[in-house]
Amino acid sequence: MFYIYCPHCEEHREEEEFHAVGQAHIPRPLDPESCSDKQWGEFLFFRDNPRGLHHELWVHAIGCRKFFNITRDTQTYEIKEVYKIGEKPTFTADVAVNAVESTT
Amino acid sequence: MNQPNRLDQGGRLERATAISFEFNGKKYPGFVGDTLASALLANGIDVIGRSFKYSRPRGIVAAGAEEPNAIMQLGATEATQVPNVRATQQELYNGLVAKSTNGWPNVDFDMMSTLGKVGAKVMPPGFYYKTFMYPKSLWSTYEKFIRKAAGLGRSPLESDPDRYDHYHQHADIVIVGAGPAGLSAALVAARSGARVIIADEQAEFGGSLLHSQEQIEGIDALEWLANTVAELASFPEVQMLPRSTVNGYHDHNFLTIHQRCSDHVADRAAKNSSRQRMHRVRAKWVILATGSHERPLVYANNDVPGNMLASAVSTYINRYAVIPGHQLVLMTTNDGAYNTAFDWHNAGRKVVAIVDTRAEGAAAAVVAKAALLGIKVMVGTAVVEAQGSKRVKSVSVAGLNSAGDKLVGEVSTLVCDTLASSGGWSPAIHLSCHTGARPVWSDEVIGFIPGDTLQQQLTAGSINGCFDLQNTLIQGTEAGQQAVKNAGFSLEGEVVAPTAAAVVINTGMALYHIPHPKVTSRAPKQFVDLQNDVTAAGIEMATLEGFESIEHVKRYTAMGFGTDQGKLGNINGMAIAAKSMHKTIPETGTTIFRPNYTPVTFGAIAGRHCGELFDPKRYTAMHQWHLERGALFEDVGNWKRPWYFPLKGESMQQTLERECLAVRASAGILDASTLGKIDIQGPDAREFLGRVYTNAWAKLAIGKCRYGLMCGEDGMVFDDGVTACMADNHFVMTTTTGGAARVLEWLEIYHQTEWPELQVYFNSVTDHWSTVTVTGPNARKIIEQVVDDIDVSNDAFKYMDWKAATVKGVPARIFRISFTGELSFEINVQANYGMRIWEAVMAAGEEYNLTPYGTESMHILRTEKGFIIAGQDTDGSVHPYDLGMGWAVSQKKPFSFIGKRGMNREDCVKEGRKQLVGLKTKDPMQVIPEGAQAVDDPNQPIPMTMLGHVTSSYYSACLGHSIAMAFIRDGHKRMGDTVYYPLADGQSIEAIICSPIFFDPKGEQQNV
Repeated sequence: MFYIYCPHCEEHREEEEFHAVGQAHIPRPLDPESCSDKQWGEFLFFRDNPRGLHHELWVHAIGCRKFFNITRDTQTYEIKEVYKIGEKPTFTADVAVNAVESTT
Repeated sequence: MNQPNRLDQGGRLERATAISFEFNGKKYPGFVGDTLASALLANGIDVIGRSFKYSRPRGIVAAGAEEPNAIMQLGATEATQVPNVRATQQELYNGLVAKSTNGWPNVDFDMMSTLGKVGAKVMPPGFYYKTFMYPKSLWSTYEKFIRKAAGLGRSPLESDPDRYDHYHQHADIVIVGAGPAGLSAALVAARSGARVIIADEQAEFGGSLLHSQEQIEGIDALEWLANTVAELASFPEVQMLPRSTVNGYHDHNFLTIHQRCSDHVADRAAKNSSRQRMHRVRAKWVILATGSHERPLVYANNDVPGNMLASAVSTYINRYAVIPGHQLVLMTTNDGAYNTAFDWHNAGRKVVAIVDTRAEGAAAAVVAKAALLGIKVMVGTAVVEAQGSKRVKSVSVAGLNSAGDKLVGEVSTLVCDTLASSGGWSPAIHLSCHTGARPVWSDEVIGFIPGDTLQQQLTAGSINGCFDLQNTLIQGTEAGQQAVKNAGFSLEGEVVAPTAAAVVINTGMALYHIPHPKVTSRAPKQFVDLQNDVTAAGIEMATLEGFESIEHVKRYTAMGFGTDQGKLGNINGMAIAAKSMHKTIPETGTTIFRPNYTPVTFGAIAGRHCGELFDPKRYTAMHQWHLERGALFEDVGNWKRPWYFPLKGESMQQTLERECLAVRASAGILDASTLGKIDIQGPDAREFLGRVYTNAWAKLAIGKCRYGLMCGEDGMVFDDGVTACMADNHFVMTTTTGGAARVLEWLEIYHQTEWPELQVYFNSVTDHWSTVTVTGPNARKIIEQVVDDIDVSNDAFKYMDWKAATVKGVPARIFRISFTGELSFEINVQANYGMRIWEAVMAAGEEYNLTPYGTESMHILRTEKGFIIAGQDTDGSVHPYDLGMGWAVSQKKPFSFIGKRGMNREDCVKEGRKQLVGLKTKDPMQVIPEGAQAVDDPNQPIPMTMLGHVTSSYYSACLGHSIAMAFIRDGHKRMGDTVYYPLADGQSIEAIICSPIFFDPKGEQQNV
């Protein structure tokens, strides 16, 4: 069970207070009408499933009700950072490293 | 009563308290301080169960959590049955009742053993897969037989009378294991003032010290132990948890500790106390001092009762004053196990021989001690086979080469009844694996040790392969110091580890599987995993059949399954698999241990979250009134909503007909408090509504209400409701009862992540309001009597208006909206006035037969009007046009509202979509089951072409016929067509497609 630092409450709280919403940084297209069906389908349905670093959107559902992002290692479950909506992650995935590890 | 194997003195027993227990229907004596296993051994009971697959007689092998055979069904009553209890971990209490888990009809005469005797050929690994897979139709027959014969314990048929608790804790340092390593770490941690939890699965702290003959700090280990425990108990921040197994080590240093509070006292917990606790602990730092498990050696017939672990024999002698036999042969690969022979000798029974597999034997001091006691030592020798069926009668020994893979010389026989074996010690690395760390093989340790971890975790003692007392105490002390520092505490002065005598030993031999004069597949069975009846031959065969990954070998042979989880046999099994594939153990790898370390009861997992407290319940302010009126309730979300209000002697159908007719003829009253209500405020509230609803909100005037549909980005409807304009910057949105939380989060996520520039705020006000809905042609006449200050005439208060008013002195918001198609007023008051207003309205309605109705009549009335329920008539795959609700979509809004792009996708605008229609059955009395599938031709062979399903279906008393809403492919174009609903019983209901608005299609009734 994760121990999550809420960047809004500025405290560590138990995972039970939160829930994961999905992959972070999937902005709604600014002009949906100009999107092709394919583009809209990709926005709607397609998500990454990396082995390694993953940026994900969480909400402090039974707390401040605010959304924020987590960079998490899907292999070790280590939370590398939390950051508010609109901020950029400082940890980003190195695909090559993870590909090597996955063969072990 | 006589206990034949009980020593006259010694052990940690309360000899003054003689108690008795029942095993397989017979009574036996024992002492407080015994485990069930030690008491069984004291009473000379050799056979305690039958094996899982071959049904061979089995005895007690170990003295701890690794015991594979002595798995018991406990409980004096049906309600207190507990399956799969290890007798070695169950403390004895007076009146304990235990039964063997395996063995049918009983352990001494077993039906399955007939099959077991021809077992090798009949039941190879993968036997169940290979044999019972085909024909499929017979599986249910096989399964009954297999389950009964296999006997995996049973759950009680009555509910558990005991109470279980959850503790949520935070700790600076959690120490797992209270042996020499854990205790020396705890001493350091405690002295720093840190908050410390130290847990041990046994009844007493001490671990190996409890049967140790060594000295610490110049005093007996037991005395040092008592002093240490006393010192730890003096620290207010130290929590000591005996009988507490740390079963799970989860992410981010979260531990689950299963504490057994009263399992050692009685069959049931005392009144007002809990039987077990589950501690859920978030720790800053964790020290794993979990120790190690002795590894048995694998040889022929190593499962016959009387074959035991060497250390277990010592534990029974020293701790429980039980000597489990008369003549001992000890087989060992290491010096440490010699102590077992010395203990046996000192207890006054005969040691036939120490069989040391190493050519060089033990260290000089150890050999000298054996010589002094007159014990025969045979070096470079191994036991190749035990003889006997319900007890060892003799063993065969032969010379062994130094590699341990070939026998040399003649086989000779030693007469004995107990064969203790030690193949060295396997570190108990289980918890270190739970968080994903891969264990690492060490040739020096001859075992896996914990691998690198990301957790805040330290390890100390024999979990690291440190098997001597002095170094264990040093490791514990150092781990304690490190944890103190890491957790942000400090220590005064120099920290010195407790001292113990240095011991000189010879290196142990890496030996797992003793060769037999016959090849493995022809030799008598050599068991690797006793609990799952996995043999050396079985593992070899699995590798021959191509199962090369150790994880596959595990699943094919069942090695490491069950309560045992590979504690006893895993390393031996991996060694045999590795050898068979001409690989090394590190190349073969290990299976990964996952939580839980030992079985946990469901009671402890559930805690208080059962019965009444399983799920929260929500009640409206008028609940008591509903109860008194005999309402039956329906769960909607967590709400208890009145379902219908039967009068005495009335059937459900009669009730519904009465309620519906009353609404249409005069007036009904509904408790609508449970609908979700979200207060939306801010200068951009109106803009925001326009983006999340499909219809237009720009021109909704203050004092007006509007129905809205909410879609996902895929264009599919997921909620609906009426929103009222309070002020230009203030709206109140209603949602479905079950969807309230989801809708609020939906609004928040768009506001916080997509449109933070919009100034708007959301707040759930569901619980703040009680809602009393009065509906029917006489609704106004009733409302008039309770409204103090406003004109409720049709001219002053129009349909889809809302007004602030005072109702019986209480400030209220009244909404003139309708879910029945009748003239309706919804009175909202502050929640705690709900009952007062409800009762006032009821009183005013008395002369108009104002009739309370519940959700079921509400459904019938709304279906008569063709009103949908999101979640019943929608399922996430229908957009507003499918519902025939294109009127609620404004394609002209400047902002591309949520759902607009989605509902215009190619697939959403094509022909052939399922569309919502009404149905009238040919036989007006027939009600089509909800979920029934429509077909055009009921005589088409199966699989028929299905057109869509029925979503809502009722008998309408008002209309005198059944009504239904249903999806039909291209249904909007098929008005008047006939479709058929074939049912499971073979009959088929004929129905005609029509408009879903059955009652008052022009909507005149609600406008009066």
